[in-house]
Amino acid sequence: MLAKRIIPCLDVKEGRVVKGVNFVNLKDAGDPVENALVYDKEKADELVFLDITASHEKRRTMINIANRTGESVFMPFTVGGGIGAVEDIRDLLNAGCDKVSINTQAVKNPLLIKESADRFGSQCIVVAIDAKRRDGGWEVYTHGGRTPAGLDALEWAKEAESKGAGEILLTSMDRDGTKAGYDIELTRSISESVSIPVIASGGCGSLEHIYQVLTEGKADAALAASIFHYREISIKEVKEYLRNRGVPVRV
Amino acid sequence: MIAIIDYGMGNLRSVEKALEKLGADVEIVSDAERLNLSDKAVLPGVGAFKDTMRGIEERGLGKVIREYIDSGKPYLGICMGLQILFDESAEGGLNKGIGLFKGKVKRFKPCDRLKVPHMGWNQLKFQKSGSLCPLLKGIKDESYFYFVHSYYVAPADRGVIAGATNYGVEFTSMIWRENIYGVQFHPEKSQNVGLKMLKNFIDI
Repeated sequence: MLAKRIIPCLDVKEGRVVKGVNFVNLKDAGDPVENALVYDKEKADELVFLDITASHEKRRTMINIANRTGESVFMPFTVGGGIGAVEDIRDLLNAGCDKVSINTQAVKNPLLIKESADRFGSQCIVVAIDAKRRDGGWEVYTHGGRTPAGLDALEWAKEAESKGAGEILLTSMDRDGTKAGYDIELTRSISESVSIPVIASGGCGSLEHIYQVLTEGKADAALAASIFHYREISIKEVKEYLRNRGVPVRV
Repeated sequence: MIAIIDYGMGNLRSVEKALEKLGADVEIVSDAERLNLSDKAVLPGVGAFKDTMRGIEERGLGKVIREYIDSGKPYLGICMGLQILFDESAEGGLNKGIGLFKGKVKRFKPCDRLKVPHMGWNQLKFQKSGSLCPLLKGIKDESYFYFVHSYYVAPADRGVIAGATNYGVEFTSMIWRENIYGVQFHPEKSQNVGLKMLKNFIDI
């Protein structure tokens, strides 16, 4: 049976992990590869690196990280943040990452989804959607949640799928950083309107939240950052908890 | 030396890095001469069936791969490297494969409970011949491997099925016949259990 996936997210700034894992034994807590190795050992199902650097140097930095990560861990990982062109995607995939996540540029130019899916396969094209509640639904935001895009999240998810996206990484902006739980209604609505997998993100604060989003929320995977970074909950605890409640997980 | 066959499409680095990590002598090859110097070959692959076959045929590799396999040297096909061994695929119209195995490549049908692509960790259930397969030595039945695909192989001869996986339907996720091994999942992305399988291939 296909297992529900638990995915830690690592925020990377200028090549360094911010909010890095608080491990006593890490030689360098800001090193992306050291962080990846810890999560690999804990049997995280995938990793996401999100580049939050605002400089022009970011492309080279992320390619370097993808290269080094691929030499050290043998699990799937995704890179996202500021990817704007087919060449960026090609370079990252060649460096060894399995999927790339596109957000703002996909909204600006939906053909980027099609071109890259045609060229590299849908399986490596993740469309990230930042969604915020409004009357009667959710609106899509771009530029790291700063700019309303004037798009309905459900409609956009369907369009992304039709253009060739292989997966949706869905973040609730209302819940992000609150630890109040994922937006179950948003996640379920999107998951039921597309036939590609949906990764839920934003708001995770407890084991129960993860259980809820994977069952009621119908998400295929749950992503979290802070609770794993700060060791509030370990991947192992999450999986044991889910398994005891009947959710299929890889332990 | 283990040859990784480059047909101009897929990302070969993950497989290369994994084999190197395990201490193997690896070379990326795209012609008959280099391929024939190797002791074993791996054909990795993501991407579309049609493009893969085109990449193979443009380099004249179809015949070369068939002859290589006929010579008895171990061959491991991963994902697309498994699918192209069959007669034909329904992906992107009907396309001919190398045809070393009778059978077709079919698409999962999306439904309420079933997302396509089949993406994530799923279990490999050993079939009749599986327990004897050298690639599965030291690996527990029903271990989880990482999958990313929308199509699966349906061999006409069920005797070649070494492992199967359930995703709405039970599909063939591993085949084995003499020196030919094929897996639908990605051992190079399946953490320790995947590395164990690659080590078994190195040790054949």
